[in-house]
Amino acid sequence: MQDSLQSSYRQLEQKSKYTNIFLRWFLYLVLILFASYFIFPLYVMIVTSLKTMEEIRQGTLLTWPSALNFDSWAVAWGGRGYGAGDTFLKPYFWNSIKMVVPAVFFSTFVGAMAGYVLTKWRFKGDKWVFLFLLFGCFIPYQAILLPMARTLGVLGISNSVIGLVLVHTVYGIPFTTLFFRNFYVSIPTELVKAARIDGAGFFKIFFKILLPISAPIIVVTVIWQFTQIWNDFLFGSTFSFGEAAPIQVALNNMVLSSTSVKEYNVDMASAIIAGIPTLIVYVLAGKYFIRGLTSGAVKG
Amino acid sequence: MFKWLEKNLPKIVMAPAVGLIGWFVYGFVLWTLYISFTNSKILPKYELWGFGQYEKLWASRKWLIAVDNLLVFTALFLVFCIVIGIILAIFLDQKIRSEGLLRTIYLYPMALSFIVTGTAWKWILNPTLGIQKLFIDWGFENFTFDWLVNREMAIYTIVIAGVWQSAGFVMALFLAGLRSVEDEIVKAAKIDGAGIFTVYWKILLPMMRPVFFTSFVILVHISIKSYDLIVALTQGGPGISTTMPALYMTQTAFHKSQVGLSAASAMMMFMAVAAVIIPYLYSELRRENAR
Repeated sequence: MQDSLQSSYRQLEQKSKYTNIFLRWFLYLVLILFASYFIFPLYVMIVTSLKTMEEIRQGTLLTWPSALNFDSWAVAWGGRGYGAGDTFLKPYFWNSIKMVVPAVFFSTFVGAMAGYVLTKWRFKGDKWVFLFLLFGCFIPYQAILLPMARTLGVLGISNSVIGLVLVHTVYGIPFTTLFFRNFYVSIPTELVKAARIDGAGFFKIFFKILLPISAPIIVVTVIWQFTQIWNDFLFGSTFSFGEAAPIQVALNNMVLSSTSVKEYNVDMASAIIAGIPTLIVYVLAGKYFIRGLTSGAVKG
Repeated sequence: MFKWLEKNLPKIVMAPAVGLIGWFVYGFVLWTLYISFTNSKILPKYELWGFGQYEKLWASRKWLIAVDNLLVFTALFLVFCIVIGIILAIFLDQKIRSEGLLRTIYLYPMALSFIVTGTAWKWILNPTLGIQKLFIDWGFENFTFDWLVNREMAIYTIVIAGVWQSAGFVMALFLAGLRSVEDEIVKAAKIDGAGIFTVYWKILLPMMRPVFFTSFVILVHISIKSYDLIVALTQGGPGISTTMPALYMTQTAFHKSQVGLSAASAMMMFMAVAAVIIPYLYSELRRENAR
């Protein structure tokens, strides 16, 4: 009796070992299949950008280029040099930099101050003020496009990088406030109270006590804002055109322009150039990128 | 005077943020709301005109197509993102080798703009040199894949690219959720004889209810606002077959100069988003207060 029970138990164990090995293989198979689905477009973009048009027509999406040919990259970045009608990304790349840097700085600063007040200098109704700001994360921007276009016109900054800096700063504030507020909430208020008893003022407490420990949330906020603003297309395409356009708008115009034969290799090189800055940030600081995503990814 | 300043300094510092959001968010939405009740064409007019624009909107074939597309897109986008996201999160949670690398691969599309994504997928899906040619060269001679230029199917190409961009994000949300569950719960269930499937199906997934809720809200929000991806992939075409509300709004405002009508469409989008977001904010705040 005892014996037979033990042997059947052993059989069961043996069986579950095999199912386990099978499950393990299945697991890796599925994970790798999905990984190839996610990697596939990036792979196609890179190899296409390195091929000549001749190779593209003869091979398939997956064929490896015969030689590493960076010509389309040079054309995408600097053009062919025939003057009018020659669109290339370089000037628009700089437009985007000139737009992103101040917009990220201002929105982060305003958000940090707001988060500081909302958690460490609480006043009556501060919760409602927070809710008031938070709602700004969620509005569909179509509901503000028309008056924004008019406002920029009245201020004389439509179709300019300055106008886009203003737009991105304003609509970034709800997110930066959310980030800083959630971070400062977890910092013990005793720290601030003690400093106040010692006679430290509003700004001194912020710059001497809170700012030095804010590095992680500053990184999260800057990465979030940088990615959002760099990748924006709606504001860029509505409020700017021609020379003031940011890179995503220029990329879209380049790809859509149907003046001559479609050059897929140049299109792909352009797309990679427009995507590289945010990809680099993601690869270098993925942890902070994900943290921002999970706490503020309500923006589309 | 100085005392007053010192006492009110926090509020003064708070003022720019509140003022900017008050003006640029609430003020602007109210302005758009007002304009949607007027008969504005190229320039805004300020006499009230009643619900005329809304009647015109819901009688417009293009808007109905846009709403229809939005419903189809949202349903498929939600289902695929959540199913793929959960599968990847559960599988990655099994002490997988090189988990970090896989996670990086699943999530990198989130770092790209929809314009970049759209450009890449447009090339992959183009019927002459893209996937279709790949399969023909592999020996499937009659293989056709022309969804991108097919009126009936083009909307699904937007689903493919949209899911590609956002599924990894749902994976990240669920993985974080699964990791926050205490080991003891799983261990106790296993001691009681529950298999790995039972543990996930009966215990862990039901515990993920808030994560489902968050993913739902975020994905619906993304899909109502989707604009860039359509511009890059199909421009709303072929014809107007892949128009969506966001695209309708900008086209009506800036190409057709129907300011009143486009304001009405913007307000419809606003209400759709509010219907999803307000319950979400309410429950989030209640959760926070309960803590």
